[in-house]
Amino acid sequence: MLQKDAQRLSLLLLLTPFLLWILLLVVLPQLGIVGISLREKVGPRQFTFGLANYLAFVQEPIYWNTLLRTAVMSILVTFLALLVGFPVAYYIAKIAPYRSQTALFLLCLVPLWVSDLVRAFGWIVLLRETGLISGALQAIGIIKGPIELLYNDATVVVGLVYTVVLFMIVPLVSTLNGMDNSLLEAGHNLGGSRITVFRRIVVPYAMPGIVAGCIIVFMMTAGSYLTPILLGGKNSMWFTEQIYDQFITRYNWESGATFGVLLLAFTSFVVWLGLRLTGQKLATTVAKD
Amino acid sequence: MYDLQCENLTKRFGAFTAVDGVSLEIPGGSFFSILGPSGCGKTTLMRMIAGFEDPSSGDIKIKGRSVLGSPPNKRNVKMVFQHLALFPMMNVGENIAYGLRCRGASKADITRKVGAVLERIGLPDVAQKQIHQLSGGQKQRIAIARCMVLEPDVLLLDEPLGALDLKLRERMKIELKLLQHQFDTTFLYITHDQSEALVMSDHVAVMNAGKFEQIGTPQELYHNPRTAFVAGFVGDSNRWHGKVNRISNGEAEIVTSGGDTIVANCGASALSPGDSAEIFVRPDCIAFGGVRRETQNTLTGTVDSLLFNGANSRALVRIDSRELIEVAINGVDRSSPIKPGDPAHLNWAFADTQCFPAKER
Amino acid sequence: MNVAALQSRAFRLIYKGYLVAFFAYLAAPLLAAGVFAFNDSQFPALPWNGFTLDWFFSDTEPKIGMFHDRRLMRGLQTSLYVGIIVSAMAVAVGTCNAFLFERRDFPFKSALFVLLVIPLVIPGVIIGISVLVFASMIANGVEQALGQDWSILRPGLTLVILGQFSFLTTITSLVIAARLRKFDISLEEAALNLGASRPRVLATVTLPFLAPALTAAFLVAFLVSFENFNTTLMLVGSDAPLTITMYDRMVKVGSTPVLNAVSLFLMVGSGILALLSVVLQRDKAPPGSAT
Repeated sequence: MLQKDAQRLSLLLLLTPFLLWILLLVVLPQLGIVGISLREKVGPRQFTFGLANYLAFVQEPIYWNTLLRTAVMSILVTFLALLVGFPVAYYIAKIAPYRSQTALFLLCLVPLWVSDLVRAFGWIVLLRETGLISGALQAIGIIKGPIELLYNDATVVVGLVYTVVLFMIVPLVSTLNGMDNSLLEAGHNLGGSRITVFRRIVVPYAMPGIVAGCIIVFMMTAGSYLTPILLGGKNSMWFTEQIYDQFITRYNWESGATFGVLLLAFTSFVVWLGLRLTGQKLATTVAKD
Repeated sequence: MYDLQCENLTKRFGAFTAVDGVSLEIPGGSFFSILGPSGCGKTTLMRMIAGFEDPSSGDIKIKGRSVLGSPPNKRNVKMVFQHLALFPMMNVGENIAYGLRCRGASKADITRKVGAVLERIGLPDVAQKQIHQLSGGQKQRIAIARCMVLEPDVLLLDEPLGALDLKLRERMKIELKLLQHQFDTTFLYITHDQSEALVMSDHVAVMNAGKFEQIGTPQELYHNPRTAFVAGFVGDSNRWHGKVNRISNGEAEIVTSGGDTIVANCGASALSPGDSAEIFVRPDCIAFGGVRRETQNTLTGTVDSLLFNGANSRALVRIDSRELIEVAINGVDRSSPIKPGDPAHLNWAFADTQCFPAKER
Repeated sequence: MNVAALQSRAFRLIYKGYLVAFFAYLAAPLLAAGVFAFNDSQFPALPWNGFTLDWFFSDTEPKIGMFHDRRLMRGLQTSLYVGIIVSAMAVAVGTCNAFLFERRDFPFKSALFVLLVIPLVIPGVIIGISVLVFASMIANGVEQALGQDWSILRPGLTLVILGQFSFLTTITSLVIAARLRKFDISLEEAALNLGASRPRVLATVTLPFLAPALTAAFLVAFLVSFENFNTTLMLVGSDAPLTITMYDRMVKVGSTPVLNAVSLFLMVGSGILALLSVVLQRDKAPPGSAT
């Protein structure tokens, strides 16, 4: 029938841009770096397939140490962001009066939209040797000479938590907002102490938000580039820096692609593990907002 | 000449048959309702008439011409949607003008017709208003005007009163009936509310599980239901289960599960002695009093409680076999002697007692 | 009494204190970056030498304001150019995707939906290198097969646009799909019933309903594109967008107050656009109900 044909045609018209986009710009490029990572250079313009790049990665401690370091610090940052963000989200969603609730939420959202670069730059202005904090400390007389607060791991962590904490707060607020206060009342009414109520009612209820926030934050941290480089300096040993280095500085695409695949595989594994442990699904947690 | 005919219309979704061999004929200018519980297929039937679903088999004719091949925007059947579907991005005037614009009417024509239809529904000054500024009843009328300005052959209404509160719903029933007279157009009205169907319609089709149980005037449905479903769905009834003892002259003597013997008018229903049967009696057919005539059923019991509701008040009577029966009483009459605890003698005519074969249980 | 609130007074005080500290933490680097744009000094540091707007408007050495800094202005232009093109593309494809996933059924729909979401969780650097690698593969293939050099597939603005487009489309699709989900399909049926053709229904009913989401999606995409660094860094050629220019300046020249000026400019700009998109995405309360 005519209408059926029109239906099929319009479905085709809608599918085409989607498929072009997802294939040409997402799926094939990802397969492309997997392909390149499996390529060994045996001579000028001569390649064979093999796992040499991965072998090189395993054999060079600096490489896998960097990946491990990136992973450990990303997990630490995720945990800290949850710790720092949860009380704030809880306040915004459950305690603050309605009017200030919206205002506080917007106050959280606005820095979310400010570029990483600007935020990192702000930290540099604050923390470097001639920066505000060093100057202020000298003025009060706590320290004698200027101190360098940049280029150490603690600063990198503080800066990273700063960059990502808002991505933790936003999903937490939207989940906690959905929680009915009567649940808490019932919990208290049934004789639960404050800690029990928090552990048995609030945390399980907020779980989808916690998982969504942690996934986003972890991926953002592991994939971040600016903050570790600018705040950690040349010795920050961040894995994305290695990728950039291989690709742009050394022009060693095979090894760079290998690192890219490893980073993606590794972060995906951590996310998968997280989803598995908490029983959540990717599409529902990430696509909600 | 019929405005709308459906012939043996069937719609299947996979293994599920939503509409099962339905036929109907609606004469011009009448108010026709399809009454049925939710999920009975009435919405699917209406969507087929409007062209949003294709029937699996059967035919739909509008003014005698089959419309099966024509898409929804080419059929001269207009529809008032359940939630009205007024366009929130347009004001009232633009909403009403929408169909005319689609037809390519001239500006002057549009202005004139929109003004005229607003005049007819009694809202001459709302053209510039936004939809959300209207009251529930006004929205209702605008939704009808938006269709009527196109002078459709048939106007379909899909439970448009469902979203209104009770008071407004009562008022809109009357208003819809008046509007239908005024426009003199065939209305096909879908509802699950029997009082809406009875109050407004010239004819009602009672639908259940994809089929029409009975088509008739409201009076016919009320007084002469042809199936147990119609008897139970249209109006209130007292209901008993029993076994047929004897049948003579279209009257069946039935012994209820409580042990009472009731004589019922079994008319066309195919009952024979030994069958189990369902008996229906309307509360307003039962009267208090000890009179015993040849053609009356009688029962005795005690008044259990009174359900006051103005002219629709009821008494709950616990009969000797421990069952409760609703009886209509005149609640407005303050000298009413009936009090809880009073002994009660009930009687009603054989002719007002309907019985049908009981469904397999 | 609000049971969610905490009862002990001391605890409440600590909690309030924590919140204040948190918002101070949020504001501190932004304030530091912003305030020193107005310091009349060669360095974005104490001491405070008095208020000046030179870092925005001065056109004389050594204090060249951002609006007279040729390279920064070129970067700004490039960013605007990239942002507008990429957002328009992402909104167009995102609209198609929204209709595809909200309205249609087709084989492997849920698997394809996961694919749609995935670009959000791929690190930007990896999106950058994957697009770079894939484009080069095609370019090399074309060069070998046809002997032509498709420079369009070498690092440059086209690749920047494609790279950003690849993940911005996910964002726009989700924003538009969320709005489309709220659309009452009977509005379309009503329009059809009143005699409108399919294209007319789309133009007069569906798209006007989607308009706020389309605008919001455009703004969000523009913001993210404008501020994007990781993906862009891998794909950029000779024409660098503002963030890359600013980063170059930071690394090569060190921080000067002109960077503070750019930072403030970015903050104000993105703040305004972000607020606008939030306002647009919020369901409008009927104007009549407010007063």
